[in-house]
Amino acid sequence: MASEGAFQPGDWRADIYAALKRQRITQMAYVPDAGHASLIQAMHADPAIKVTVLTTEEEGVALLAGADLGGDRGVLLMQSSGVGNCVNMFSLLKSCGFPFVTMVTMRGEWAEFNPWQIHMGQATPDVFTRAGFLVYRVDHPADVGAVTEAAVRIAYDSNQAVAVLLSQRMIGAKVF
Amino acid sequence: MLDRRQAVATLLRERPEHLLVVPGLGSSTYDVAAAGDDPRNFYLWGAMGGALSIGLGLALAQPAKRVLVVTGDGEMLMGMGSLATVGAKRQQNLAVAVIDNEAYGETGGQASHTRLGVDLAAVALACGFKQAHTARTLAELQPLRDVLLHASGPVLAVIKTAAGEMPRVLPERDGHLIRARFRAAVVCGQS
Repeated sequence: MASEGAFQPGDWRADIYAALKRQRITQMAYVPDAGHASLIQAMHADPAIKVTVLTTEEEGVALLAGADLGGDRGVLLMQSSGVGNCVNMFSLLKSCGFPFVTMVTMRGEWAEFNPWQIHMGQATPDVFTRAGFLVYRVDHPADVGAVTEAAVRIAYDSNQAVAVLLSQRMIGAKVF
Repeated sequence: MLDRRQAVATLLRERPEHLLVVPGLGSSTYDVAAAGDDPRNFYLWGAMGGALSIGLGLALAQPAKRVLVVTGDGEMLMGMGSLATVGAKRQQNLAVAVIDNEAYGETGGQASHTRLGVDLAAVALACGFKQAHTARTLAELQPLRDVLLHASGPVLAVIKTAAGEMPRVLPERDGHLIRARFRAAVVCGQS
């Protein structure tokens, strides 16, 4: 695969990348995030994926709706703090039945150093649920590929909005 | 000052086959519908601030087609970050027409930032758009139609229009139907 050199041995983000490729994802949008860093790098290096860096996460919700209107499959990479930035734009997905997948690195739930991350991190699963999403959570690296693949399939085969929450314990809490 | 209906009709007359239109919520959606309903219009009734980002995702997915976002000054101001995203992306098949009446027409005509000095064409140029122009008369608008439909993008036109209510022309509101109709016209048969 074109970009597998971006990953260190044992990096579970390689499993996300492989699952997204198998499921024919061709657009990716993101706000820079340390937890997704190697995945972002791999997707930038892949000429088959159209990557867009955003100023705020809600742009990515709208952008992937546009991608679907043009026949592309996409994924939005963000951190839990970005979920709150998207709330009204999520109504676009549900009002029109857009398929949508986001991979969310969690903050504020496991050995969090920054108290300002706790509130949005703790609210994230409820915000997604109230916005009409299917919410999957991954705590173990062995599950990440299968969950990613199932998320993309149910999103695009059954027109669902899906959030995959990547637990902070699995990512490794940021150390200052 | 231009009449907004006439301005949008001028942009969309003899509409090319390859032109896809994303109108922002409110008056822009009514203006585009008034110019002639078309399955290649993705009418918005919400998602304020998202019209240009929708246009970018669509333009990336359909590089052989032209994407025109037609939106109001208030909607564009709410999504001003997307001007930076589009400028950075240098998306060649993407154009924006801002129908700028310097007011929030849906909510009682309150002044927007553009009446208070904010220049969206200057913002677009600073964000890396290849061209950005302002039209105040029909004579100034005519050549901008060609820029919006054919010039290498991203390009933006601010079209200064008179404030005030127009007769509403309400297109389909069911988002599922608007999406399915658009995809049937644009995507089906391509892949």
